[in-house]
Amino acid sequence: MSLDSKALYQEVILDHNRKPRNYGELAHPSHHAEGVNPLCGDHIHIALDLKGDTVERIAFHGESCAICKASASMMTAAVKGKSALEAKTLIHEFVDMATGRVAAQDSPHIGRLAVFSGVSALPMRVKCAILPWHTLQAAFNAEPSASTEADADPMHTPMGDA
Amino acid sequence: MSTLHTSPTSSVPPAFDVARIRADFPILQLTVAGKPLVYLDNAASSQMPQPVIDRLVRYQTTEHANIHRAVHYLSETATAAYEAARVTLQRFINAREAREVIFTSGTTEGINLVAQGWGRQNIRAGDEIILTVLEHHSNIVPWQMLALEKGATIRVVPINDAGELLLDQYEALFNERTRLVSVGHVSNALGSINPVKKMITFAHARGVPVLVDGAQAAPHLAVDVQDLDCDFYAFSGHKLCGPTGIGILYGRAALLEVMQPFKGGGDMIHTVTFEKTTYAPIPNKFEAGTPPIAAAVGLGAAVDYLSSIGMAAIAAHEHALLRYATEQLGALPGLRLLGTAHDKTAVLSFAVQGIHPHDMGTLLNSEGVAVRTGHHCAQPLMARLGVVATSRASFAFYNTHAEVDTLVASIFSVQKVFA
Repeated sequence: MSLDSKALYQEVILDHNRKPRNYGELAHPSHHAEGVNPLCGDHIHIALDLKGDTVERIAFHGESCAICKASASMMTAAVKGKSALEAKTLIHEFVDMATGRVAAQDSPHIGRLAVFSGVSALPMRVKCAILPWHTLQAAFNAEPSASTEADADPMHTPMGDA
Repeated sequence: MSTLHTSPTSSVPPAFDVARIRADFPILQLTVAGKPLVYLDNAASSQMPQPVIDRLVRYQTTEHANIHRAVHYLSETATAAYEAARVTLQRFINAREAREVIFTSGTTEGINLVAQGWGRQNIRAGDEIILTVLEHHSNIVPWQMLALEKGATIRVVPINDAGELLLDQYEALFNERTRLVSVGHVSNALGSINPVKKMITFAHARGVPVLVDGAQAAPHLAVDVQDLDCDFYAFSGHKLCGPTGIGILYGRAALLEVMQPFKGGGDMIHTVTFEKTTYAPIPNKFEAGTPPIAAAVGLGAAVDYLSSIGMAAIAAHEHALLRYATEQLGALPGLRLLGTAHDKTAVLSFAVQGIHPHDMGTLLNSEGVAVRTGHHCAQPLMARLGVVATSRASFAFYNTHAEVDTLVASIFSVQKVFA
């Protein structure tokens, strides 16, 4: 593992972990999905209301590590008020950055979410950061649930045995 | 190699020269994240001392060919080394005969071998298999697969809040349909040492055989399969300073002889025609194909290394570490120990208020401290404890009291990050 695992836990991430934004449930959302990482137990729900093409309301709740919770919190803040297309663009940019395929400076819409770029050096933690984004994608696609263990998930790496 | 020699029967542990032992382990000299490595993930896999590394190199450099086949020099040398390792393992667990020791790829294969080789012959619809809530997935899933195929039922022994099996409930699970007990000797997630000898006596009085999953016991306790009177005992080499890809299944000869082979292929046959194959005697019947010869030889060397230190001395040092770590971790505010059984190996599972185990693991790594975080392949146990995951520090005989101090200081520094 890289030398800078501690650097990932910047104040902005710790703050969103302590005081997650848009945390809770929505009554009668237009879109909803549940995301699970069966290997570590991260489990989040994302619900949103699309009005026309705009993400008018969005909320999340669940049980997860700080990286996953802060990622979900910052994601909901970032996509609220954006169009579905803008949100989907951001999903791709975030996943590409977190998996190390594209640098943060080459991600035009990433903004403050660049604090998660360090996670690409921690292969076992990448899934924690991208679970909320996969779940948001699933909500847009109206799939019932997302998993970081799906066969199609290019980031699937088995964890060790006890 | 360490020059410590102790009598395994000595009840008074001799002075334990941990610095000298650590010098045998090159990997323990590593720095991680700029800090000295503090390796506390021994329940997942232990490290390999130089004498075992040297044995692997010597085998591969001067002794290797395929075994049990040719008459040339190297084949005879390799066969002798492989079979000598079997005898070393036989003595390590005090089996009656070397042919009761089957080389497997590890504990998982050993359990699957019994589930398939014994279970498919002996388990029928409506039969019951007793497991415990402490089991690792590898002592759950093979039995579920068998139960699904046969229409059998799994019964589960519960625990108390300390992580100790409830023996009265174990006894209450027996009935005329009970066909097998499969129980871990030591819990991988909590370190609880289960009263397997008592459990075996009770099961045998009802004619029920017992498999013991010894993956977490063989590296830490003296194991005597005759004293336990178990029918099967499985463990892995890589958790006791040996290579990965090798382990053993001990089986009572009378049971092994009537069991079906688990895998078909070369080296496990007596004669083959297209009409009929007769199988080799045990243990070869269960060792189809070319085995991991070097790994078996390395496991023999690992057992020799452990025996040179003495399992009693190892257990005593690890127990001192357990007591010290329990005291020190227990003093940290916001930290809860999971698994406080009276009889334990040096495994400390813990939860820290407000900090998810994965964040804990990542941040401990930045202090050079390696712990395991997650469900420890024991999801039913996590559900019983009401957690999704824990952090687990698991000690070996080469760990030190100073490493306990580093762990405690590192947890405290992680708490400050999250404060």
